[in-house]
Amino acid sequence: MATAVATGRAPRRSDPAVGASRRRQAVSFALLLTAILILWEGLKFLGGTPWRAPGALPGSPILWNPPLRWPFASDLTLPHVWNILLAYAQPWQPGAHAESLAQKLAEAALYTWRSAAIGFVFGTVLGLILATVFVHSKLLERALVPYVIASQTVPIIALAPMIVFAFGANVVSVVIIATYLTFFPVTIAMIRGLRSFDPRAMELMRSYAASRSQIYWKLRLPASLPYLFTALKISATAGIVGAIIGEGPGGISEGLGRLIITFNQYYITGPEKLWAAIGGTALLGIVFFVLIVVAEWFVLRNRRPAQAA
Amino acid sequence: MPDQPVVHLAGVDKVFARGDQPVTTALEGISLDIAQGEFVSLIGPSGCGKSTLLRIIGDLTGPTRGEVIVNGKPAEQARRDRDYGMVFQAPVLFEWRTVEDNVKLPLEVMGASAERRSQRAAEMLQLVELGEFLKHYPWQLSGGMQQRVAIARALAFEPAILLMDEPFGALDEMTRERMNSEVLRIWEQTGTTVVFVTHSIPEAVFLSSRVVVMSARPGRITDIVDVDLPRPRNEDTRESPRYFELVTAVREALRHRDSGESGGGAGAGDAGLASAERTMAEGAVG
Repeated sequence: MATAVATGRAPRRSDPAVGASRRRQAVSFALLLTAILILWEGLKFLGGTPWRAPGALPGSPILWNPPLRWPFASDLTLPHVWNILLAYAQPWQPGAHAESLAQKLAEAALYTWRSAAIGFVFGTVLGLILATVFVHSKLLERALVPYVIASQTVPIIALAPMIVFAFGANVVSVVIIATYLTFFPVTIAMIRGLRSFDPRAMELMRSYAASRSQIYWKLRLPASLPYLFTALKISATAGIVGAIIGEGPGGISEGLGRLIITFNQYYITGPEKLWAAIGGTALLGIVFFVLIVVAEWFVLRNRRPAQAA
Repeated sequence: MPDQPVVHLAGVDKVFARGDQPVTTALEGISLDIAQGEFVSLIGPSGCGKSTLLRIIGDLTGPTRGEVIVNGKPAEQARRDRDYGMVFQAPVLFEWRTVEDNVKLPLEVMGASAERRSQRAAEMLQLVELGEFLKHYPWQLSGGMQQRVAIARALAFEPAILLMDEPFGALDEMTRERMNSEVLRIWEQTGTTVVFVTHSIPEAVFLSSRVVVMSARPGRITDIVDVDLPRPRNEDTRESPRYFELVTAVREALRHRDSGESGGGAGAGDAGLASAERTMAEGAVG
């Protein structure tokens, strides 16, 4: 900060220190991934099904016969990593013109993401409205917050069929389920966030005789944004889970939910496919999460970098 | 009504009662009139209620008993009429706003036109000599600069009264002295009435036309010292014999009531400050 004051220049976050920390993050991510892969294949090496060439059918020559037989390391529970990767390139279902699994998953993920994102937006707006009402009315907060919390203790698999029954087996139901799972983190975080302003800033606004809505838009809401983004990161992933769960009872055939159910049913004949679908789902979650992180960085880019000043 | 005081306090008490805890009398029988254009300091040991008194004048809290009339109307009405500019010990700048937008904040709240907002912000930042820092964010400025932004923000809408609650308490001694001169210059230029809370005797004497001395538990006004130092005041003022007499007078007024620990401690500390100050002033001249 001393240099900033001396030069009258605004230091930005493109500091070399920040770049270095990003690099470290990438390296540690890669290291952890490698460690998981080594553990995975190591278990199979010691106690898995006899190893055959990648993608080979049973009966082809055995390349390695593990000394032990652990059920959790068999090809059925823990397929070889390369077989999972191969599965992405192969047709997603038997048939002459079936698309590759990767392509099918990408389409399904995009479809599911759309419902999840719409639910995420509705959930965020609903959460914001509820939190705004609660911070302005102690009475409503005391009366309604217990119900908001209770709503989240009911398992969504119990609610999903009812929602589908009420709103029909279509995307609307899926969006409602995603909304249901996303409004909660936003509500709880924003009840806190909308009260996180500096109390002296509130006195300042009072000394200007500012109206409630001016205090809300100029003080409460901007001060709460770090809380909002924390909540959005949680609800981004929750929205995807909600959409996937909703697609089952919702009878949606285009999304990841249907695909996961199908691969579950045919697990014995192709365990790699379910694993591949899990990988695709995880990737979707990470992409959505990163979108929020980027938005957060953009919106909060001018605020004091944490502890750097 | 040329003789009507800007601030009129009559028999103001403030009692804090919280649940079943013992009742604290923060202020008792405060009566004080402050005239247009005066610079009045409230000084006293910690816990004497000087900040509470300032907050009562500014209607940030109400008195338990007594009358608070500001510009001829109740304090609450004065607040609604935006008669107050507030400066706290911390700058309380909004970190998501640039320096310029921070100064514009009160004008936005009061519905000034975009043109006037920009013009006033530029003028006020010029006044506190931060004209080049319009587009900076508060965290990019030093503590003293941030406090100057807070002053610019308080003056932006031309309030009738400036209420300052230990505005330089968190600054180092050298920055504090510079800021004192700056506040005087601004006060002379704007003619605003200032009520200034401090626990520094030299600061109170250097700035004020009157120093209101308070004692603690319960908070009472024990003495009012008229500061007849000539204006404009500058670094030479700090070395004049009259200045030292007045510093001594205020110190004695503080000690008079507050014979216990805090009074003696504060006196010794401030004597040290006064001599340190003198050496610094000499150094600056040489």
